[in-house]
Amino acid sequence: MFAVENGLQGDPRLQTISDAIRVIPHFPKTGIMFQDITTLLLDPVAFKHVVDIFVDRYKHMNISLVAGVEARGFIFGPPIALAIGAKFVPLRKPGKLPGRVISEEYELEYGNDRLEMSMEAVKTHERALVIDDLVATGGTLSASINLLERAGAEVVECACVVGLPKFKGECRLKGKPLYVLVEPSQLD
Amino acid sequence: MQSIVSSHHLCFAPPPPPPVLGHRLICHSLPSIRLPSHRSPTSLRLFSCAAESEMAAAAKEDGQDLRIPKIASSIRVIPDFPKPGIMFQDITTLLLDTEAFKDTIDIFVERYKGKGISVVAGVEARGFIFGPPIALAIGAKFVPMRKPKKLPGKVISEEYSLEYGTDKIEMHVGAVEPGERAIIIDDLIATGGTLAAAIRLLERVGVKIVECACVIELPELNGREKLGEAPLFILVTSDAA
Repeated sequence: MFAVENGLQGDPRLQTISDAIRVIPHFPKTGIMFQDITTLLLDPVAFKHVVDIFVDRYKHMNISLVAGVEARGFIFGPPIALAIGAKFVPLRKPGKLPGRVISEEYELEYGNDRLEMSMEAVKTHERALVIDDLVATGGTLSASINLLERAGAEVVECACVVGLPKFKGECRLKGKPLYVLVEPSQLD
Repeated sequence: MQSIVSSHHLCFAPPPPPPVLGHRLICHSLPSIRLPSHRSPTSLRLFSCAAESEMAAAAKEDGQDLRIPKIASSIRVIPDFPKPGIMFQDITTLLLDTEAFKDTIDIFVERYKGKGISVVAGVEARGFIFGPPIALAIGAKFVPMRKPKKLPGKVISEEYSLEYGTDKIEMHVGAVEPGERAIIIDDLIATGGTLAAAIRLLERVGVKIVECACVIELPELNGREKLGEAPLFILVTSDAA
């Protein structure tokens, strides 16, 4: 579900956010139009709009845990967590988190990858939000949902700044709703 | 939640000289540290200092910021990670403590707000957790400094030494402009190699480093010395027994 489908149609902040995202063609490989959110981070007004929209949506949903996917989820997750009074849980590449971890494998286009979470991160039945900068295949978010559910959390929603148009409407990932601010920006 | 009734003044006294070491201490031989974890209450030596000639001078207030012991006690120490002999300072437990995380950000924001700082640079990956909330609160842009090949488009890069070999960090060309004032954020300073590389990257493009800011310092590793003219502000130290 996109923000424009859910009460934010005509909200000028969405255009500001979209305009602030830079498109880099053929990165990391030929054919991919990379959505570069670093230019959004250079625009304090646009960056704040992103956080404000997410905070407005989640502050009354009784969410106590915001999980962010390494590394760009680390940028958007903490400001949201701090504003809604939730804890922040980093979901990391293998071998980075110390202590006891649970891990979840997921498919890439070629091969597999793994995501890890600290075993101490979740209290059973906590209501959780998953954040990443962009959703394409949904593989990383699905792995994140699995990690949180295995640890006993209830995933309320996944949230991304950018998402492919296929995520319009009631599209769900592993049965969980998905909330996206903007579609991919186009090259000028 | 404790409220801070007294205003938080910056410490501008010059730091005491670092302990003179008879030999070069490396991370592997770090003795047991005094930084408390959840599980073991230990005494804590707190050290928070900065010296920046451009900032208005203010007297150091007697008594500590009451938030700092709580922040320190929220940090977990994991022995022998990522390899034997290393006492890993795990800030993920700080992030699980909503009050401690908020206090950490508040302390940095109070220090840097209204100082004409337009750039908060954060070192991948844990600098990405602390940098953006500070940047948003002080109205600055956030500039990620990344491992090689992560940033798309044109980058400049800076090499730095590791214990064995070298590594590189990168920043986007055009992210910052000459004359901008910046702070650099990371969760921890150990040898100072990464921060020194970040300083060099920013200075190469004409940015003024107002300060480096970390949650934790491991002072025995003398990271401070690598920072040149740039001051260092930290919240807690881990201290040799």
